[in-house]
Amino acid sequence: MAGPGLDFEVEIADLESRINTLQRQTDRTTPADDELRSLRLELTQKLRDVYSSLDPWQTVQVARHKNRPYTKDYLNLAFDDFVELHGDKHYGDDRAILTGFAKLDRFKVMVIGHQKGRTFKERAACHFGCAHPEGYRKAMAKMKMAEKYKLPLVCFIDTPGAYPGVGAEERGQAQVIAESLFLMSQLKTPIICVVIGEGGSGGAIGIGVGDKVAIMQHAYYSVISPEGCAGILWKSHEHAPKAAAALKFTSDNLKRLGVVDDVLDEPLGGAHRDHHQMAARMKTYLSKCLAELEHQPMDQLLDNRYDKFRRIGEFIEQAE
Amino acid sequence: MANVESSAVASSAQPTMSESTPSPSNTPKKRGVPEGLWLKCPACGASVYKKEVEQRLNVCPKCEHHFYVSAPDRINQVIDEGTFEPMNEQLRSTDPLEFSDRKRYVERLVGEQKRTGLTDAVVTGVGMVRARRVSIAVTDSAFIMGSMGSVVGERLTRLIEHSTKQNLPLIIISASGGGARMHEGILSLMQMAKVSAALARYDKAGGLFISVLTNPTMGGVAASFASLGDLCFAEPKALIGFAGPRTIKATIGIELPEGFQTSEFFLEHGFIDRIVERKNLKTEIARAIDYCGK
Repeated sequence: MAGPGLDFEVEIADLESRINTLQRQTDRTTPADDELRSLRLELTQKLRDVYSSLDPWQTVQVARHKNRPYTKDYLNLAFDDFVELHGDKHYGDDRAILTGFAKLDRFKVMVIGHQKGRTFKERAACHFGCAHPEGYRKAMAKMKMAEKYKLPLVCFIDTPGAYPGVGAEERGQAQVIAESLFLMSQLKTPIICVVIGEGGSGGAIGIGVGDKVAIMQHAYYSVISPEGCAGILWKSHEHAPKAAAALKFTSDNLKRLGVVDDVLDEPLGGAHRDHHQMAARMKTYLSKCLAELEHQPMDQLLDNRYDKFRRIGEFIEQAE
Repeated sequence: MANVESSAVASSAQPTMSESTPSPSNTPKKRGVPEGLWLKCPACGASVYKKEVEQRLNVCPKCEHHFYVSAPDRINQVIDEGTFEPMNEQLRSTDPLEFSDRKRYVERLVGEQKRTGLTDAVVTGVGMVRARRVSIAVTDSAFIMGSMGSVVGERLTRLIEHSTKQNLPLIIISASGGGARMHEGILSLMQMAKVSAALARYDKAGGLFISVLTNPTMGGVAASFASLGDLCFAEPKALIGFAGPRTIKATIGIELPEGFQTSEFFLEHGFIDRIVERKNLKTEIARAIDYCGK
């Protein structure tokens, strides 16, 4: 269920709570059954209406929803096994990035994903999904391992951004993101990246260079957070909804701009309403991509990856 | 990523001789001194003779503060006279997002082009450094904070690919407080991956890349090509970093340590090979090229 409410979901939440109450009655009468049926219909219709026309700022709210499935949820629901591998062998173990071996269908893979945490305690431990340099170093160490043992890489992107702090700067936040882009562009194993919630700027692309880049329907992927952009260009964070619209960072725009290959449809009312269904779709998608990429000759794979990013950008060649 | 700090960086880095035009409120006009002949150094506060500053490559004669240098001036400082050939100047930004804040992006571009005389935030080309043929790119912080959009990404990528084919040493001098350019949204973020991928191929082919960080180098520029040099030089006291100081302060809620995010700070933490004063930059580049046998 949806949990803590979003302001555009008031009517939906109301319907959901009325349905819940009715469902809990053990001695339902026939009229109550009828009411339940009609409420369910109404709910479906309402969800369809609201979710077919989310504005960009509403999309951000959905992408940040506390019940949205995180990397760990996909590991539990879509994968058959997960062996977590901690640590960057250098400084520490950053909980904002989760890495390890995993199995999906017949494929053995390496998973790297941002993790936000659901309870307050978890969220604090994960820095709300904002990774430090040790997180990216850990990711890079596991990427090299994936390359060595011929394991395809699956990256789940879900971060408001890389952590802005004194320690992060001291330990080379800019350096590690740059190195990760450099490494991923040449890594000799298939890479699939999926933006599952927030694709927050450098912290997101730091694990986002792949042969397949996909985004979930109600996720977003942006050069800067809408609040950050509003603060600079409109001089106040309150203008975040305006910035969200201007930045064109929703899944449909990203597809149009050639930044993502695929958009993964979410269950009606968003992935936070049905983790199981979303995980099943994720599994199907990943499995299809892994099968598609597994037999590509390595040179061709790397050339295609290079060309994929090489093509991105819009400009004109003006006659002098 | 765009650097959240750009506006703050702008004021500290901005440039030109606008630092010279004292606002009437705080500096009384000296009688008989024509405007624009004197500069007030933002670091030591001394009034210094503009000509003298220019002769010293825009460095304060009193305190060695390194003032802003435009990309064309920087090229003149580093490249042998008459040898620079610009490349890909014909590339122009479009407005893929139809972006508009308080001003339309297309209008902003035209305004910046008129004001700076540049076509975008980077100048790229080939030339000689003490008779060694090199590729060079310089970003200019006066053009939308030196930020990287599609044109900057494309010019850099073409230059790197050219350097790979021609086996040329590559020099990129960064002055980009704005990081990845917000006005082109996600396309700007993707330029980080595009340029870094080109550098990875260049590296594999054995190329020598010297990255020079100048004031300011932040956000998506710092988190991509600027940090990927085989050699990483920085001008003294440049502001360098990933997140802007204001963002960091707002996040952690404590005062930032003295000298945080300067060239010296990053040298201390092991991310920079050498701090190089502007007057020595050309010599140091030539020397490095010699050592690396290029």
